[in-house]
Amino acid sequence: MDNLRDSFVELVRRASTNLSGDVEAALKAARDRESPGSAAAGAFEAILENVTLARAQSTPVCQDTGTLIFYVHYPMGAHVRALQAQLEEAVAEATARSYLRPNAVDSATGKNSGNNLGGGMPVFHFTEWESDVLRIDLLLKGGGCENVSTQYKLPDTALKAGRDLDGVRKVVLDAVYQAQGKGCAPGVLGVAIGGDRGTGYVFAKEQLFRPLGDTNPDPELAALEERLLRECNELGIGPMGFGGRTTVFGVKIGAYHRLPACYFVSVAYMCWAHRRARLEIRGDEAIFSQEGD
Amino acid sequence: MATYNLTIPLSEADVRALHVGDTVMLTGVMVTGRDAAHKYMVETFIRTDAVPESEQSLYEELKALLKGSMVYHCGPVVRQLEGGRWAFVAAGPTTSIREEPYEAEVIEHFGLRGVIGKGGMGPNTLRACQTHGAAYFHAVGGAASLIANAVKEVVAVYKKEAFGVPEAFWVIRVENFPVVVTMDSHGQSIHSEVEAASKDVLARLVGTG
Repeated sequence: MDNLRDSFVELVRRASTNLSGDVEAALKAARDRESPGSAAAGAFEAILENVTLARAQSTPVCQDTGTLIFYVHYPMGAHVRALQAQLEEAVAEATARSYLRPNAVDSATGKNSGNNLGGGMPVFHFTEWESDVLRIDLLLKGGGCENVSTQYKLPDTALKAGRDLDGVRKVVLDAVYQAQGKGCAPGVLGVAIGGDRGTGYVFAKEQLFRPLGDTNPDPELAALEERLLRECNELGIGPMGFGGRTTVFGVKIGAYHRLPACYFVSVAYMCWAHRRARLEIRGDEAIFSQEGD
Repeated sequence: MATYNLTIPLSEADVRALHVGDTVMLTGVMVTGRDAAHKYMVETFIRTDAVPESEQSLYEELKALLKGSMVYHCGPVVRQLEGGRWAFVAAGPTTSIREEPYEAEVIEHFGLRGVIGKGGMGPNTLRACQTHGAAYFHAVGGAASLIANAVKEVVAVYKKEAFGVPEAFWVIRVENFPVVVTMDSHGQSIHSEVEAASKDVLARLVGTG
């Protein structure tokens, strides 16, 4: 694990320029559900053509290459600070190679750092695990969908949402209604129930790493995911908010413990350009993968 | 719903012929502008008694470029070519509603015939489109590589150092840039229709109806 920088650049390139297989399949299925000639069908055609083109040209699927969120699982004894430094170097290099847009803006001065590095950027989560494999998962989350992500505090009187799973259902539907097409619908929802305001948002984003086709091991949450997927699509907002049959193509829910006084529901809205990629370092070998490959 | 091929600069008649749901392929020169650019234009050129001397030449450039043309809400990924010229690598639209406090004044002041972005805009922009003969054109959000391929040339860039790459004014020549009219010059907006319809469904599903 001495010099992994080039592998890290490749991880960023893949995440930015190649959509994972499960997402592309979901977008194709969504296109097939719309009436030919409709604005919704046209939007899906453009989306799918864009995905093909981005892959072929090795150019970003979306120009908003977003916040880079890294989840690093490392074996005992790994040099975490060195790993982080190499990841940061790789992010700057990927920006220089136009795989990423310079996206880190100093909030006080308004100056763009030019290389995607800055206070709190990129985002790193480091966890030691039993395995001797180094695993790095990367999610690119754009600003449009981050702006429509939101957090509720139950009970919510206006939505008649109590402190139970039906209350969760109601506020999630409201979040999707409020977002309309602005988060680049159709989206994937990562939802966290519980936690505090900070951990709730982080856990909601972690749900976005789950494969679209998986089933929640908790049967109650699994049922809620299925119902919300159906009901979100009944809203009819459609791709880009043009109106259509697919508004959301995945709902993933996790539950944390909470304080007796607090009941937060955090909704991480992910745009259709749901960009995630994985790198595993096994000995000297670098193995890249994306969901549904 | 019809399909049109239009060449910028557009006339008022070109825009008045368009209705929500129409698909348009745009060709010509337009200028990108997003948050920093809108704040700058309104504060420096419009809500002011005198344009500062230092900004006068850019003001003249923008007036000439924007008359009959469009502002594209976009912060691109760019690449510098040998010889110093720029090329667009990825260039989908950004969310337009953030420019709602400014856009009506920009449409009126510069004589825009259109605004391109995503997610739609609010009542002030819709009214300005009606009054001045402009339309809101929706590009497909995230279709960044596709749209970058329609950008044939980066003609110039302004304020790149001050605003950064995403926020600069990029003057671009496009060919067959695909957009959908979602707010027209007749007061119609797909966005308000979809919002109203989805609001009724929400009330039913949540039980507040």
